[in-house]
Amino acid sequence: MGLVAPAFLLIFVTMLLPVGWLFYLSILSDTGAYSLEHYQRMWEQPSYGRTFLATFQVSALTTAICILLGYPLAYFLSELPKRAANLCMIAVLLPLWTSLLVRTYAWLVLLQRRGLINGWGIELGLWDEPLALVHNMTGTLIGTVHVMLPFLVLPLYSAMRAIDRSYLRAAANLGASPLRSFWLVFFPLAMPGLASGALIVFVLCLGFYVTPAVLGGGKVTMVSSRIANDIEIFFNWGAASALGVVLLVLTVVLILGATRMIQMNGVLGRQGKP
Amino acid sequence: MKWLAQTVTDTQVTRGARLWLYVLAVIVMIFLVVPTLLVIPMSFSGAQYLEFPPRQWSLRWYLSFFNSPSWMQATATSLKAALMTSLVATPFATMAAYGLHVSRVRYVNLMTMLLLTPMVIPVILIGIGVFYAYVKLALVNTMLGLVLAHSMLAIPVVMMVVGSALKTFDMDQELVARSLGASRLKAFLMVTLPQIRFSVVSGAVLAFLTSFDEIIVSLFVSGGDNSTLTRNMFNALRDQVDPTIAAISTMIIGVTTLLLVFTQFVGQKKTVDSVEVAN
Repeated sequence: MGLVAPAFLLIFVTMLLPVGWLFYLSILSDTGAYSLEHYQRMWEQPSYGRTFLATFQVSALTTAICILLGYPLAYFLSELPKRAANLCMIAVLLPLWTSLLVRTYAWLVLLQRRGLINGWGIELGLWDEPLALVHNMTGTLIGTVHVMLPFLVLPLYSAMRAIDRSYLRAAANLGASPLRSFWLVFFPLAMPGLASGALIVFVLCLGFYVTPAVLGGGKVTMVSSRIANDIEIFFNWGAASALGVVLLVLTVVLILGATRMIQMNGVLGRQGKP
Repeated sequence: MKWLAQTVTDTQVTRGARLWLYVLAVIVMIFLVVPTLLVIPMSFSGAQYLEFPPRQWSLRWYLSFFNSPSWMQATATSLKAALMTSLVATPFATMAAYGLHVSRVRYVNLMTMLLLTPMVIPVILIGIGVFYAYVKLALVNTMLGLVLAHSMLAIPVVMMVVGSALKTFDMDQELVARSLGASRLKAFLMVTLPQIRFSVVSGAVLAFLTSFDEIIVSLFVSGGDNSTLTRNMFNALRDQVDPTIAAISTMIIGVTTLLLVFTQFVGQKKTVDSVEVAN
């Protein structure tokens, strides 16, 4: 157990202790007395409500778009022969390997007013004026979906790959239409993969800072941007800590709640099987 | 056209009726890959604004990078920090993974959980927490502070890689070595480590990349002469689209790809070795 000590000490000093300290700062008033004023302000000021709303909006929309794009892709990959699937998997893994800033920069270049997309769109006559594709919600969503998609596809793909296709053959044999056998047999079997992928995407989005800060251009203020602003501009440790604590609690509650739900589904599913 | 009329295995749907799925999947794959790759040719553009395809090719953005003292200094800081992070995090995490693997104490699960927390907690919270602690400890803008914080972020990553290798490793081999008189350390170094070395090396590479790619913590605790490449890039991105960043991005893509191909190569060599042993 002594072998664990160096790693633990490092993590304790540089993370557990400071984050614990932030909890403490969040319940101190500006004069140094214990108070819940930072939390109270969060409840009372409508600007905080807007920040949380924007955060949930971005997270929920990103998750939904990732499901819409990722489900067909994962399905397609899971039907391919193993070799071809591995080759196509590079497309999913490549973004994961590439630096986040590089990808965010690429989107900035593509989406800006004089960027590629606007250039091509106008050249092809699709639209006349440069569209505002970045420094707003659209740009933020395009960027976050691009970053998050692999996190949805990977667990979903492995869940789909593990499905025994003879169940589908059996369903067809018993007279189910393709759509019916997909909906009643395949979809529920792939559900755990979809649920864990969606959970990962949603939770990661909640605390996402870099891409929304760059592609949102200050117009989309998420919780993490607000925390950074509180520190960098206002030096308000109490307010930033309180926001951080709320973010952390939301994250942990979501993870615990969802894993419990997925496990319950797993148990029920197993009981349902003969 | 016969191919389109064939039914797909185990479902009664023809390929033709499924064309939409293929088209959609290919579009999504293009969406995932192409935007990043477009930056590479664009970085060789000679114009003031980035264009694709570039009308004239030049290395001017690469020159502007290599002739800029601030970009060079930031690159040096990032490489130094990444190398040192790898050197700190890899042994610490390997020791921890090994310790947790062999120990039979009750607290193993709790300990594992605590060591993995840096992966779960939102990075922005870690960032301001570390910043606060470093203000008190006078570690802001120092290389030591940067390396310690990055090592903290890298330890869970390396631990997962090495830990999963240890799970498939037969610990009885070490027991044999010790029964033949090797000390615990010697048994680990001569029997276990050579067999999990592929994971240790890929862990080290991942630790390097974790530090090199890290943005948020660097944003708060690095600065001045010890400002990292990612910090400078992030700040430049918030102001304007500087084409120099296209050149930097291309080089980062190159380095990352090389490192990952290298780990693959090490992995390949390992399988060759084990085949030789088996023979």
